[in-house]
Amino acid sequence: MDRLNLQPGHLWPEIIFLALVLLLFLASMVKSKKTAEALLKLCPLAALAAAFGAALTFYLKSELFFGTYRVDGLSQFFKILVCLGYLVTWFNSLTQKTVSETQKPDYYLFLTLSAFGLILLSSAAELVTIYLAMELASYSLYILIPARSRSKAAAEAGLKYIIFGAAATALALYGLSLIVASQNVTFVKALAGLDWSISGNPLAATGLCLFMGGMFFKLALFPFHFWCPDVYQGAGNETAAYVATLPKLGAVIVLIRLATLLSPETEISTILACLAAASITYGNLCALAQKDLKRMLGFSSVAHAGYILVGLVPGTAEGLAAAAFYAMAYILMNLLCFWVICRISADGRNLTYEDLNGLSARSPLLALTLAIAAFSLVGLPPTVGFIGKLWLITSAWDRGFDWLVIVVCVNTAIAIFYYLSLFRHCYTEETIPVGGAQSLALDTGAISQAGALLLGLLVVVLGVLPGPVWNVVLTASKSILP
Amino acid sequence: MDLFNLYPALTVLTFWPLAAALLLAPIKSDLLVRQTTLVISLIEVVLAIPLLGFKSQAGFQFLEVIPWVEGWGLTYALGVDGISILMIWLSILMLPLCVLCSWTYIGRRVKEFHVCLLLMTTACVGVFSALDLVLFYVFWEALLIPMYLMIAVWGGDQKRYASIKFFIYTLAGSTLLLVAIVALRLEGGTFFIPDLMSKTFSFRFQYWIFLAFFLAFAIKVPMFPFHTWLPAAHVQAPSAGSVILAAVLLKMGTYGFLRFSLPLTPAASAYFAPMMIAISVASILYGGAVALGQSDVKKLIAYSSVAHMGFVTLGIFLFSQAGVNGAIFQMLNHGVITGAMFMLVGAVYERSHSREIVKNLGLGKYLPHFMFFWGLFGLASFGFPGTNGFVGEFMVIMAAFQESLCLGLLVIPGALLAAAYILKVTLKMAWGQPASPQGRNWLDLKKKEWAYLVVPAFLVIYLGLAPTGLLNLITPSVKDALATFEAKKNLVNLIQVSSPTGRPQGLIIEEDLSPEAPSASERVPEEGK
Repeated sequence: MDRLNLQPGHLWPEIIFLALVLLLFLASMVKSKKTAEALLKLCPLAALAAAFGAALTFYLKSELFFGTYRVDGLSQFFKILVCLGYLVTWFNSLTQKTVSETQKPDYYLFLTLSAFGLILLSSAAELVTIYLAMELASYSLYILIPARSRSKAAAEAGLKYIIFGAAATALALYGLSLIVASQNVTFVKALAGLDWSISGNPLAATGLCLFMGGMFFKLALFPFHFWCPDVYQGAGNETAAYVATLPKLGAVIVLIRLATLLSPETEISTILACLAAASITYGNLCALAQKDLKRMLGFSSVAHAGYILVGLVPGTAEGLAAAAFYAMAYILMNLLCFWVICRISADGRNLTYEDLNGLSARSPLLALTLAIAAFSLVGLPPTVGFIGKLWLITSAWDRGFDWLVIVVCVNTAIAIFYYLSLFRHCYTEETIPVGGAQSLALDTGAISQAGALLLGLLVVVLGVLPGPVWNVVLTASKSILP
Repeated sequence: MDLFNLYPALTVLTFWPLAAALLLAPIKSDLLVRQTTLVISLIEVVLAIPLLGFKSQAGFQFLEVIPWVEGWGLTYALGVDGISILMIWLSILMLPLCVLCSWTYIGRRVKEFHVCLLLMTTACVGVFSALDLVLFYVFWEALLIPMYLMIAVWGGDQKRYASIKFFIYTLAGSTLLLVAIVALRLEGGTFFIPDLMSKTFSFRFQYWIFLAFFLAFAIKVPMFPFHTWLPAAHVQAPSAGSVILAAVLLKMGTYGFLRFSLPLTPAASAYFAPMMIAISVASILYGGAVALGQSDVKKLIAYSSVAHMGFVTLGIFLFSQAGVNGAIFQMLNHGVITGAMFMLVGAVYERSHSREIVKNLGLGKYLPHFMFFWGLFGLASFGFPGTNGFVGEFMVIMAAFQESLCLGLLVIPGALLAAAYILKVTLKMAWGQPASPQGRNWLDLKKKEWAYLVVPAFLVIYLGLAPTGLLNLITPSVKDALATFEAKKNLVNLIQVSSPTGRPQGLIIEEDLSPEAPSASERVPEEGK
């Protein structure tokens, strides 16, 4: 633990992304447009290479940089997901014309920097490292969100995100200081064996709650969610797709690592359970009333943050694995939704439900994949959303949180209405409003179709044959539990 | 039989329609789509021939068990027994009939319609043959989407209302089913249904599981207070949608009671039997009474379904051989008869463009062949002797009389009501005086219509005159299920005997029993069984 142990062979994704960040930094400074464009083309290749690198190092287990940085199955699993999300976001940004040409290199620089931060976050195993990695990921977002040019809503969203983000960060830092003061150590592994009960160590328990609060902000969990719908609505479609998926993944991995502190369960588990139930119910109820698709997805992600939290409540290996699996499911479903949204909204406008009318006739594949994503978000079989939810509730029920399971299941009945609306407008509504997005040409190019097909297949195939991925996350989460 | 062991009949039957749906993708012409689907559906019927090798014995046959997700104990398990075999045959048989009855009825988005039909068949066969709880749930929910589309795209004026109501109602019912499945997994250690059946759970556990099952199944059946989605869905759905809804979908609820509630929660089933019987009788009487007042033919048949399904649930919760046999037989009958009646309504709708009775008068003169079939299925519907409807209903009523005279007397008006509303509508449609003689130009039944009506007509008469063959198939399984049930339901008697304090009985755990409680004898008769 007390040595640098620098092994470049374990850090392929980090090295590749760091190199990419530096290259993009250069690209943002060169005057020649051609060089910049050529460098931008490197992004997807680098993401693929990084994902490959993460896959290669999947079965390694090592602690680097004096034990602050852990490379294990769980971290590599999340790094692959980050690379996938980054790749999808890059393709989404090609179709969206909301970022002005001169800002493009900067836009990609900060996008990549944010992804780099998340990759670091996946492996961070010490509270200060976690904090730094998280801020690296977040600060880049503060710049990305208002990048939708000439949009007041985007500026408002950016401002909101910064202010809320700063407050959440302050909370987390304060919590961190309390933890350090009471437990005198910041390594997650060393913290795991300590007393976290409110009666035994109130200072530490409070600190942990506050630190987790910072993560809940990223995850947009009720009551830390207020930025979420506004940011989704204000930011460009491709940026929203990014904000909706990857930073949440970062929060989930930190929470999974922190949840090992809560095993066996403490009072904090009960707090988490209540937050999960509140978040699920509130998110679903608010989503019912939305007309803007991205806003609806914003509230839906508040609900999904709650679902993920359900897996952290029991503090068992199965629970953590279920949370990791559901995080993956969430990423896939949302990437798929946003993929379709970006293809329909050719000029980068926000879509409403009416804009989906008649999609099944205009592009059967996009309509079908959007339907798959919608039903997966509800948790209908045979999709990855269903299997993920099944595991979440099984692990929660196993530890006696039966009321939470019932809340989760009853919420399915609430959520079905607005997800069904997605499906309904694609398939059954045929009247096309004047001046809607239907007047725009639909992007049905090869890349658009291939991407939708690939993500759609992933959602279904992982729902039908979840065994291999499940074994991976289960082994990984067993290894991080004390 | 060795040959059949090599042929995974149930997997093929389940997934052939799904795979075949892909065949439709490149076809452009509507006619070709219809023809291809017809061929696909006939192939499905041919593929089902090995199922005729079903032996009249208890236990699951045509078993296929493959591990699915080993770490979590999920298995891919299919199998049939006497309870499910008839339903599988019914689901498969309905497919070609539905294709035929939509031949001219469905005029737009033809390809999507037939894909929906095929997907539904996959889900139906899957539901009735799944032996793993999660697999069952997958098929159970998978059915909702094509059925929703069928109502929402090809439905009538209020299709949006009806389709959303259908979807949300049935989905809401099954959310707690998932909770029950998870609870059973953790309590029983497996999702595999035959293994779970051999376990005995505590009464408190059974109590809640039964209620969760009840909500899902009662909505699907639908039983009396949960039936409101059915008339809306039936009236708005296209005729093929109504046919599948009536013939197969409703049966999933009663099948669920038989397959899950009775074997997995026997003590709770016995405990709740009085309530179930009461609700069934209410369904019979209420459905019949409301059907009497309808002016829309489809609504009338929809409410008659509520009444008929009441007979089925009544038969199940009498726990007697005659009752359960009659219930299963009545499930098949109702599927055949009501399915056929919806096809007839579809056929006449294509001519008069109205489902109102007053717009379809005097058909005895204009469409005599049509009225012949209508009369036949009508008679079968209210259980006229010699038709299959009589056999099922008679067995259930007989079981009701065996149970108690009062119960039998309560059910009789239900059977009378059925005769009343069917005869009333038939009288009007056959001899009523239409306001305008527009019916003069209508053509009587075409060849295709004959084709899809002759099959159920044959079944109505054949099963009415010779029901023994099919009854022999289902009897061993039912006998076996009831024997296990009788052995395991006693848990509840013990509890009833020992709960003199008047506390809510469901919350009593077996541990705090004291069998020699004094006032026991006064409480037992109250709860009946």
